[in-house]
Amino acid sequence: MSHPRLSDLDVIILDYGAGNLRSVIRAVERVGARPEVASVAAAIDEADVVILPGVGAAADTMRNLRERGLVEPIREYLDNDRPFLGVCMGLQALMTVSEEGGEHACLDVLEGRVVRLPGGRKIPHMGWNRVEQRRPTPLFDGIPNGAHFYFVHSYYCDMANPDEVAATTEYGTDVTAVVERGRLAATQFHPEKSGAYGLRIYRNFLLPQSSNGASE
Amino acid sequence: MLTKRIIACFDVDQGRVVKGVSFVELRDAGDPVELATLYDHEGIDELVFLDITASHEDRNTVVEMVRRTADRVFIPFTVGGGLRSDEDMMLMLESGADKITINTAAVERPELISEGAHRFGSQCIVVAIDARTERDGSMQVYTHGGRRPTGIDAVAWAREVVERGAGEIMLTSMNTDGHQGGYDIPLTRAVSEAVGVPVIASGGAGNAQHMIDAITEGRADAVLAASIFHFGTHPIMDVKRRMQAAGIPMRMEHADYDNVL
Repeated sequence: MSHPRLSDLDVIILDYGAGNLRSVIRAVERVGARPEVASVAAAIDEADVVILPGVGAAADTMRNLRERGLVEPIREYLDNDRPFLGVCMGLQALMTVSEEGGEHACLDVLEGRVVRLPGGRKIPHMGWNRVEQRRPTPLFDGIPNGAHFYFVHSYYCDMANPDEVAATTEYGTDVTAVVERGRLAATQFHPEKSGAYGLRIYRNFLLPQSSNGASE
Repeated sequence: MLTKRIIACFDVDQGRVVKGVSFVELRDAGDPVELATLYDHEGIDELVFLDITASHEDRNTVVEMVRRTADRVFIPFTVGGGLRSDEDMMLMLESGADKITINTAAVERPELISEGAHRFGSQCIVVAIDARTERDGSMQVYTHGGRRPTGIDAVAWAREVVERGAGEIMLTSMNTDGHQGGYDIPLTRAVSEAVGVPVIASGGAGNAQHMIDAITEGRADAVLAASIFHFGTHPIMDVKRRMQAAGIPMRMEHADYDNVL
């Protein structure tokens, strides 16, 4: 069920005061890894894998990351194409700028804007939506195209580079659901709240790192 | 396409599920966490725990239940019952709940909604509204478990809670609750059409057709049920298949953790 190799990975879940990390920790444990929660820059440098979870508003997220001195370490980590998984706000924070509650500069790792979901539908976009895989990637191993994942958000990532979009979901427009570039992956949905296929995303992300990672 | 959600609700008293739940396959059918795990595996989309313990002095039992649920259940769950401050909300969210729900406390002090939304985000704040359609046709909000009339109009209150930051509304009809004769369609529709956030219909579920009606006619985004699942007479996937056959988008994947992982 879980994979023994994963237990050797140094998986860091970044705690920047965004609240509950319990579900993410348990999901990562469930697939066989032993994550540690960290909030200091030094931990990022030493990690095999960094996971950036998050709910809430972009402005708060960026302020929290700045106050903890995490902005530059995250950028540097990603500049070196080291394994990184962003979840929900952990995806949106990677973008150039967010329009949530004004204009807020984000980490600018991924080019594009975080914009409000189109009107005419219930907002937040809340619940299980069908995820269309746009290209094959090991991240979707064992997950059928069109499987459902749990979303909760009011803003979405309008990506400047369509090549970075690995999956979308439909909610008045094609909403970026999964981003992938090198060893950076990020999801708009919450894999830790998306049942078995959600856990499979964690497993699929971590597994390749245990064979070619652990060397940095 | 965004699917419609089926949400199972457990009333919990001192850490035990009340209302006779009888599942032969469970070691301890009164354990909310064991039930939640079973429902997750059977394909439920979301869970709600309502703590109906008379005294909320001692929250340890509920906190422990929330923690154990977060450890074992990988779908969203909401916790409510007697939460009166943003500190109460924080305790539940930090213990692992995805959302909290408030009802009477929100009517008594509506600022609680904005405080919670500001501190934790609207997506965490579910305002529960208990309403009754009166003889004159008005729809009135009740508090204290549906016992106390407030003189507040349900649709106006729904609009206000959304303005204050509620991310979702859980709407229970006092007329239909407990009868298993169907949801209150006019009430559900009136509230759902009045607000821009998702509305969960609650009260009256007796079969799959009731859920279909709540969604197609009542315009609900999700349907909540308690007793119809608890006896195993309406398997969750059977209900979902019927809803899908009626043209409603549903999540049909089996939550088979052992096979997928």
